[in-house]
Amino acid sequence: MRDVCVVGVGMSQWGEVWRKSLRQLFVDAALKAINNSGVDHLDSLYVGCMSSGLFVGQEHIGALMADYLGMQGLPALRVESACAGGGMAVRQAFIEVASGISDIVMAAGVEKMTDCSGDDATFALATAADQEYEVFHGATFPGLYAMMAHAHMHKYGTTREMLSAVSVKNHKNGAKNPVAQYPFEIKPEQVAKSVMIADPLHILDCSPITDGAAAVIVTTQEVAKKLAKPYIKVLGSGAGTDAMALAQRNDITTIKAATLAAERALKMASKTINDVQFAEVHDCFTIAEIVLLESMGLYEPGKAGPATLAGETALDGKFPVNSSGGLKSKGHPVGATGVAQIVEVYKQLTGRAENGRQISGSLKIGMAQNMGGSGASSVVHIMEVA
Amino acid sequence: MTMFSSRNWREYPQRYRLEASKFKKSGKTYFPPRAVDPETGDTEFEIVKLPDTGEVLTYTVIRVAPAQWGDQSPYALAIVKLTDGTRLMGQMTDCDVEEVKIGMEVRIEFRRVQSEGHHGVLSYGYKFVPKWY
Repeated sequence: MRDVCVVGVGMSQWGEVWRKSLRQLFVDAALKAINNSGVDHLDSLYVGCMSSGLFVGQEHIGALMADYLGMQGLPALRVESACAGGGMAVRQAFIEVASGISDIVMAAGVEKMTDCSGDDATFALATAADQEYEVFHGATFPGLYAMMAHAHMHKYGTTREMLSAVSVKNHKNGAKNPVAQYPFEIKPEQVAKSVMIADPLHILDCSPITDGAAAVIVTTQEVAKKLAKPYIKVLGSGAGTDAMALAQRNDITTIKAATLAAERALKMASKTINDVQFAEVHDCFTIAEIVLLESMGLYEPGKAGPATLAGETALDGKFPVNSSGGLKSKGHPVGATGVAQIVEVYKQLTGRAENGRQISGSLKIGMAQNMGGSGASSVVHIMEVA
Repeated sequence: MTMFSSRNWREYPQRYRLEASKFKKSGKTYFPPRAVDPETGDTEFEIVKLPDTGEVLTYTVIRVAPAQWGDQSPYALAIVKLTDGTRLMGQMTDCDVEEVKIGMEVRIEFRRVQSEGHHGVLSYGYKFVPKWY
């Protein structure tokens, strides 16, 4: 297996981007990544996207994106794993470079979520859950995570203050991120007083609906060195799955797919979880960040909530989580999220995080964890400074 | 998405009769039925009917509902563990949403779950009611 690197990154504008279409968002991010890396061609393209068909009525987007990037002829494939499509696209690019099939591969992600009504968007997102045994009964995505939250609170004593602390912390980081959709700070009492969506989750516990794209150039160390641009090494890639429906899982206070993905990525990287210094984690809801930190062994079960409240996962804490602002503040264009997580780890490891968002100290190892649906799929990458 | 009558009809054994698969090797019951036991890989099973009582493992109250469910909102959804250990998700009914609690004992009843406007398919199935009701 060859060593794999990320050498250039790019992001489009994120938010309610009414002036840009699905393809324009992708091209914006892709051109930035190409210019940023200095590559003169691509060997192939993977595009993570959850549901362009339901959001804008457009499928077959591998070819469409290669076309509008001015690269007709390029092998191109869309990757779908609900909200984990972006991370899975990075994994496909990693596999293609590591195997020796290609030298320079773009992994991108894109989602255009505001060209449809809120109801249509809710429906599209809910297709990532079990249509016959969850959605049929009126389940929504906030509802599924709310059930995890109640179970976690009941079992471990996790509190409203701990959930709010996740949101407050991520908004504090996102306020320093120039691409964040909601780049402002919020207070715990605002979270607790915001509209209840699905008990116990309020609207400020939930990540937003976002238009956006992200792209990274995945290549060999040899090519990365020749380009003479900042790069990072991808030491390990791991993925995992679990039962689709929450009711089918033995324990809904943990996310097994993330446990498996993290174990596999760490094993490939020949690292332990204690070697990881910071992480981008899939905080689609506040409870998700708490459950994921525990599922991946960063905290004992029941300890991530108190640790968040104590500031351990803050930018200046002992283990910073979601320095980008996370899905909560930065936004969550579902198929693009996993790629944007790699962008943030790249920026942190190369010392390029903007506006005082740079984690202090000597960073060597970072992690990105991306997740699909209510946790039926997950993908983890372990990255190292070059 | 429009409910198609064949899609609705195909689920009758589960929604109307609570049919599950019980595997020979592990003795484990799965709802909905599966062809392969995830624990043992066994493919030999018999169809059994689930018990109709259990307790709430976890729940939520959906207060912002998709358009289709707007007239029922707020409604409580729960994952219930039945007396044989099988778990399933469904709506709570015949009680105030504020009364739903983890550990609450419930009974399964046959109710209308979804209806599509005035002319669409009516979908029936199971809901949970408090055991004392």
